[in-house]
Amino acid sequence: MLGKLDWSAIPIDQPIPLVAAAVVLVAILGVLGWALVKGYMPYLWSEWITSVDHKRIGVMYVLLASVMLLRGGSDAIMMRAQQAIAYQSNGYLPPEHFNQIFSAHGTIMIFFVAMPFVIGLMNLVVPLQLGVRDVAFPTLNSVGFWLTATGALLVNVSLVIGEFARTGWLPFPPLSELTYSPGVGVDYYLWSLLISGVGTLVAGINLVTTVLKLRTRGMTYLRMPMFCWTTLASNLLIIAAFPILTATLTMLMLDRYFGFHFFTNEAGGNMMMFMNLIWAWGHPEVYILVLPAFGIFSEVVSTFSSKSLFGYRSMVLATMAICVISFMVWLHHFFTMGAGPEVNAIFGIASMIIAVPTGVKIYNWLFTMYGGKVRFTTPMLWAIGFMVTFMLGGLTGVLLAVPPADFVLHNSLFLVAHFHNVIIGGVLFGAFAGYTYWFPKAFGFRLHEGLGKAAFWFTLVGFYVTFVPLYAAGLLGMTRRMQHYDVAAWRPWMIVAGIGTILLTVAIVFQVLQLAVSIRHRAQLRDTTGDPWDGRSLEWATSSPPPAFNFAISPDVRGEDAYWDMKGHAKQRLLEPKEPEYRDIEMPRNSPTGFVCAFFAAVMGFALIWHIWWMVALGGIGAFATFVVFAWRDHDEYIIPAAEVARIDRANIEERRKLVSLAGSP
Amino acid sequence: MQAEAMEHEGPASKRIVTGYGFWIFLLSDIVMFSCFFAAYAVLLGQIAGGPKGSELFDLRSVAAETAFLLLSSFTCGLAMIAADLRDARWYQLGMAVTCLFGLGFLALEFREFADLVGRGAGPTRSAFLTSFFTLVGCHGAHVSAGILWLLTMMAQVFAKGFRADIMRRLLCFALFWHALDIIWVAIFSVVYLIGSAA
Ligand code: HEM
Ligand SMILES: [Cu+2]
Repeated sequence: MLGKLDWSAIPIDQPIPLVAAAVVLVAILGVLGWALVKGYMPYLWSEWITSVDHKRIGVMYVLLASVMLLRGGSDAIMMRAQQAIAYQSNGYLPPEHFNQIFSAHGTIMIFFVAMPFVIGLMNLVVPLQLGVRDVAFPTLNSVGFWLTATGALLVNVSLVIGEFARTGWLPFPPLSELTYSPGVGVDYYLWSLLISGVGTLVAGINLVTTVLKLRTRGMTYLRMPMFCWTTLASNLLIIAAFPILTATLTMLMLDRYFGFHFFTNEAGGNMMMFMNLIWAWGHPEVYILVLPAFGIFSEVVSTFSSKSLFGYRSMVLATMAICVISFMVWLHHFFTMGAGPEVNAIFGIASMIIAVPTGVKIYNWLFTMYGGKVRFTTPMLWAIGFMVTFMLGGLTGVLLAVPPADFVLHNSLFLVAHFHNVIIGGVLFGAFAGYTYWFPKAFGFRLHEGLGKAAFWFTLVGFYVTFVPLYAAGLLGMTRRMQHYDVAAWRPWMIVAGIGTILLTVAIVFQVLQLAVSIRHRAQLRDTTGDPWDGRSLEWATSSPPPAFNFAISPDVRGEDAYWDMKGHAKQRLLEPKEPEYRDIEMPRNSPTGFVCAFFAAVMGFALIWHIWWMVALGGIGAFATFVVFAWRDHDEYIIPAAEVARIDRANIEERRKLVSLAGSP
Repeated sequence: MQAEAMEHEGPASKRIVTGYGFWIFLLSDIVMFSCFFAAYAVLLGQIAGGPKGSELFDLRSVAAETAFLLLSSFTCGLAMIAADLRDARWYQLGMAVTCLFGLGFLALEFREFADLVGRGAGPTRSAFLTSFFTLVGCHGAHVSAGILWLLTMMAQVFAKGFRADIMRRLLCFALFWHALDIIWVAIFSVVYLIGSAA
């Protein structure tokens, strides 16, 4: 009846996961109860959960990422604490628990923090920057988000019911095969990624179609803001790379569930094929994450230098070059596995070539700042911190791309330091920059500057104190994923890294505090103009938060830096204020399809993990039925009458008039 | 200045956007198939002492499968023409025939799989057979999903007629069905022709 599931699945004897789970459960119940008591439930359901508005979905993605960042962060603290005290002792974590933690940490950070964060920001901003009303497929967008949330949910369920994988964030066979990992841990990993992978693919298709087919009048390719370009590149990579991940994990799943032999030791299976496939996805994946961050930095640097981006066209070219080259370097992740010196040399050189377009970008940002009026706001600080930090990460990457060096450093803490250097210093800094930069657009008030700056400085210093020791320990020969060790030389570095983690924790506390304080003082921080930073692209042309339809009149773009341009021309136009002709606007209706579909997917995923076959069928039929019901509905749009559009727009223009008189030079 | 602004006319029509998005989905699907093709190519020789492709494949049955699938694409095309002409009767007939051809294809495939398993050449026998069953089976799963979709589309047109959004869905369905053909041609060449030579 319940497959492999019974009471022994709940780890009664292990206090840490149980306490953690209890805390999470209490928090969730608390929020739900609070919403229920306050009567917010209908509002949450009709305005958020069933929303198909790209802005709301974007916000929910970022919220998901933030919550999961806290979860992944607690894992990190536990690991650093373990390694700080595990010199000639067992530490406080049993080995199999430690293995689950590092696997969950990596999986969560890449798939449920970094990915939803950048996809959320793209969702929120790109349609606004393109001057359009919504993404290409709004309901599908909601399905995509909720499937991602399902994946995150399954990972967290593994905390209480059963266990998580002990195989690392990429489950290399044969360790991940049934013979060596007989528990449900790897199955949790597989199903949460297979389900959320579908969500990611959907988001990718949606955003690519939006950028290619929905741009407003006059928004030619070479007038798109840089963030739209990097969004395009990143989502093209998603479309090309995520099916590879799906196929690879499906093969592993078939091995585990039906005794197939893709990657097994017996019957001719080939585990090197797993390496090739997973990294053919994995290397592009790191650019899926970092390209949008590059886009954010481009926007931020240009806005806060009050200059248009230096070398815009070379930036576009560099982005697309990275997009292509990132598919040709995957083998540098397993130089040590005997492909031979010629192959290694070719892939080593290809890897280093990526550094060239990346360098182009760094110079462009520097030249944008050069001679500009630089304002050191929180987003700008993240951008500058990124430029310095990412250089270090890029350099160690190039070092690792030298095969002989990689033979020494592979799977050492040096590698761990490298990829944290690029992912924290690149993706996470970018995410935080984008979060502070676009927060006023999403909610209508700014975030507290002082606390934001405090968060930045603690992150920056905390980052170096945590990860520079890992470079050192790696050079001293310490390998990754050690539960305990006996080498005295490593110990001081582990202790320093542990202290760095405390600084990073303080930084997170400041982030949370910043949000809380800003919400409290939202009246003072209110942004009435819609353009709090004196911005340059179209998202600043509408009010904050934007109305459901984004733009009352679809903007007509005349050049690069569309909104800056408009502000320049606006002065003359305001002298002869002619009202545009407002029309009725059709908007897509909200729909529970995404949520219901994800509910069934969660049921199905859970049932598959525990081999509860009748429940699998139930989930599958339910998901299909949801789609049919959705396809059957007759009215999928509603009309916002012209009068309402006019009322909203007039209010916005009134505010804007005050701003234009203050605006900078055209 | 004016000429420049004319370069880009603004958002495309819904039909184009839908079709475009679906094309991109199909490309991603083809990437997924490519992985299974690659796995097949890598594992082709890994027969682990079991039977080889040349000892297993019955090209006559495969030829019949191919014929069924190609014909179904043809009738699917006819059904789409009928839909463009808003002719419900011919549309339903075309779709029904398409469905029958699709089912015929699945029946033949099922017989082939059952036969192989019966001869002790199931997917767990060797890595070669693993990759064979997965690649061909993945295509078969797509055809099954396509038939489910096809029946839904027949019902939709029956209940609601040729509404604009239904026409857009039909466009996607037709693209999907034809793409399955293309993938089958690749399977025919790579799996059966090369496989039985190896
Ligand atoms: C100049 C550009 C870069 C070069 C030359 C480079 C090179 C490398 C090499 C050679 C490795 C493999 C090391 C080993 O396993 O021994 C590696 C690992 C890694 N890199 Fe990079 N990298 C670059 C940029 C990036 C960026 C931008 C990111 C992420 C945003 C990134 C994320 C990672 C990750 C996550 C791993 C570790 C994967 C694992 O084994 O778990 N890298 N990099
Ligand atoms: Cu790589």
